[in-house]
Amino acid sequence: MAKIPPRQKMPEQDPNIRIDNFEEVALGFTEEMAKKEAERCLQCDEPKCVNGCPVNIDIPKFIKLIKENDYLEAIRSIKEYNILPAICGRVCPQEIQCEKACILSKKWEPVAIGALERFLADWELKNQLKECPDCQAPNNIKVAVIGSGPAGLTCAADLAKYGFEVTIFEAFHTGGGVLVYGIPEFRLPKDIVENEIDTLKMLGVKTEYNMIIGKILTINDLKNMGFMAIFIGVGAGVPLIPKILGLNLNGVLTANEFLTRTNLMKAYKFPEYDTPIKIGEIVIVIGGGNTALDSARVALRLGAEKVIIAYRRSEAEMPARKEEYHHAVEEGIEFKFLTNPVKILGDKDSNVKEIDFIKMELGEYDESGRRRPIPIENSEFKIKCDTLILAIGTLANPILIKSLPEIKLNKRGYIQLDENGMTNIEDIFAGGDIVSGSATVISAMGAGRKAAKAINRYIKSKIH
Amino acid sequence: MPYKILKKKQLGKSGTLFEIDIHAPLIAKKANAGNFILVRINEKGERFPLTIANYNRQKGTITLVVQIVGKSTLLLSHQEKGDDILDVVGPLGNKIHIKKYENPIVIIGGGVGIAPCYPQAKELKEAGNTIISILGARTKDLVFWQDKMTAVSDKLIITTNDGSEGMKGFVTNPLKKLLSEEKISLVIAIGPMIMMKNVALMTSGIEGLPRVKTLVSLNTIMVDGTGMCGGCRFPSKDGEIHFACVEGPDVDGHMVDFDILLNREKRFTEFEKKSFDLYKQECRVLKGIEKN
Repeated sequence: MAKIPPRQKMPEQDPNIRIDNFEEVALGFTEEMAKKEAERCLQCDEPKCVNGCPVNIDIPKFIKLIKENDYLEAIRSIKEYNILPAICGRVCPQEIQCEKACILSKKWEPVAIGALERFLADWELKNQLKECPDCQAPNNIKVAVIGSGPAGLTCAADLAKYGFEVTIFEAFHTGGGVLVYGIPEFRLPKDIVENEIDTLKMLGVKTEYNMIIGKILTINDLKNMGFMAIFIGVGAGVPLIPKILGLNLNGVLTANEFLTRTNLMKAYKFPEYDTPIKIGEIVIVIGGGNTALDSARVALRLGAEKVIIAYRRSEAEMPARKEEYHHAVEEGIEFKFLTNPVKILGDKDSNVKEIDFIKMELGEYDESGRRRPIPIENSEFKIKCDTLILAIGTLANPILIKSLPEIKLNKRGYIQLDENGMTNIEDIFAGGDIVSGSATVISAMGAGRKAAKAINRYIKSKIH
Repeated sequence: MPYKILKKKQLGKSGTLFEIDIHAPLIAKKANAGNFILVRINEKGERFPLTIANYNRQKGTITLVVQIVGKSTLLLSHQEKGDDILDVVGPLGNKIHIKKYENPIVIIGGGVGIAPCYPQAKELKEAGNTIISILGARTKDLVFWQDKMTAVSDKLIITTNDGSEGMKGFVTNPLKKLLSEEKISLVIAIGPMIMMKNVALMTSGIEGLPRVKTLVSLNTIMVDGTGMCGGCRFPSKDGEIHFACVEGPDVDGHMVDFDILLNREKRFTEFEKKSFDLYKQECRVLKGIEKN
């Protein structure tokens, strides 16, 4: 077998410099790097990577096209499967999806599929070659999509390609959902998100912002407005708050508030922007997911002197992407594993001052397939801090669900779908975190795609 | 969709209170007493909650009453008839429960909180209730909507801290008298946090007074208004966490731990002051340029 050259490493902003700015950390492949990396692909007859991708992009095909210098055809090929490549190339956990399945990973490092996807998307944007994806002829049937996060955007794009007249209703003043309020600028620049949403506009998708469905309009109003099917992709953004003493001290906030203020409302540019954010000298973040890491890295960039992440399990169980963990370590974020907060202590003005932690050890395997953390008796210790950010998970968004008391939910409070991807209410479909609970961008996109297919089938069977 | 200001007028003589009508037909159609909206005035603005003080479904307008307390409210007061507000989101929160109560309802509005009392008094009055309204303010220039409130009240009492209009003192003085003299079914208090705290304390069954169900309106600091940020959270006295945006804004005043909430509302004070001062300075500079 031919010798496999080493995997190309994506250039990054120097950690010492990037901790003082909100610009993108990973800088993307140069053309030369992309070509070299594409050469590493073995073009397997039975490619495993495609099955590893939740939207089954024809990965060998676009890599082959890169080798042949046909970038335009390559990006077209990706867009047949994935309308948001600039986003996925950046935030998909490729290491547990396509790249994990790559045959090279058995002996060498896998092909940098995500980086190549991003290269093509950025190349298209830089050269302003964006074109409207192929669509079926307009059928003048209206479909509503509620929520403009990854599930909603993908569903809307696919529906538009099927020829439907699609309107997205979004609660915030801008589109993207968690991509804009949750993921920080340095991991996913907001103009990238905006540009991907522009693709939807090219497809004829309409966007209505500031529209909280369940309040300003109900599902019934939408039906009366002539929408033949409705997709619910409102996400899971309600912060879980642990039941510990001291939660109401000032300086204790949810990762959602912290990130929404910073990312969506641009509090990092205060006072140019009006939304404030307060950051202490020592910041502790509780949690081990991407949200915890994002919060910690934002805190650092806002000027915190020391940022500590406390996670109740060990490094191996962290749900955060390895790459982002690595970035956080490089930036000087301190990790305390097997550490759980017990109590938050405050000063005389009710500001957070100190956290009481307890050490944990791993016990038997739990229902998540990970070993359950158990407190170790008499192992309490304190860490001083002046900001505490809670990033321990989220629950289903309540407003739309509350306005639809008849909708069937599972025991965790998420929407239950039937085998056709429909809710128990006729014409109403759903997907993304509001069905699965908190998951990844790409899995929400996969769900949006599945729902679009189901809606297409459903409407066509209804009108024939 | 632009949200155009159709009407703007000053309330009282203080120069700090304004009534603004905004064209927002879809919101007007769904608005009810108790609902609020979130406003973002321009691209760099913050999202802040304002209670819907009135609505006109036919004209497609909602009315807001704004008191200048910081940059965003000052900026809003600088918007004129014909100007567009960038974002208006709503109607948020829960509408109040309207029904006929056996005994009179006391509705207490403090300062700018007088405004949201109006739709509540109106809808409860229309449901056949007897309404006793108490309007409180620091001084007579800050009292407004006496006429509107008179029209929907069976009795109207005004208090000012300095005695320049109505009774001298706080809203709790006439409330105490009412509670000791007659049977009251419900007390509604909307105004400064400290006023709501004191009203809730007075109706909690102290000093030989009867315990009376009391609703307070929590207009806390929030970002999204849909239950996602948790900025508006407040603890009840049993330690449970509640979100004002989706459980409120009107909640049982006897369960709220006001001391914690009063402290929580201070968490951005230094930033609010900085923002306010910078904007006032900017306004002065602009005025200076205009003069030259």
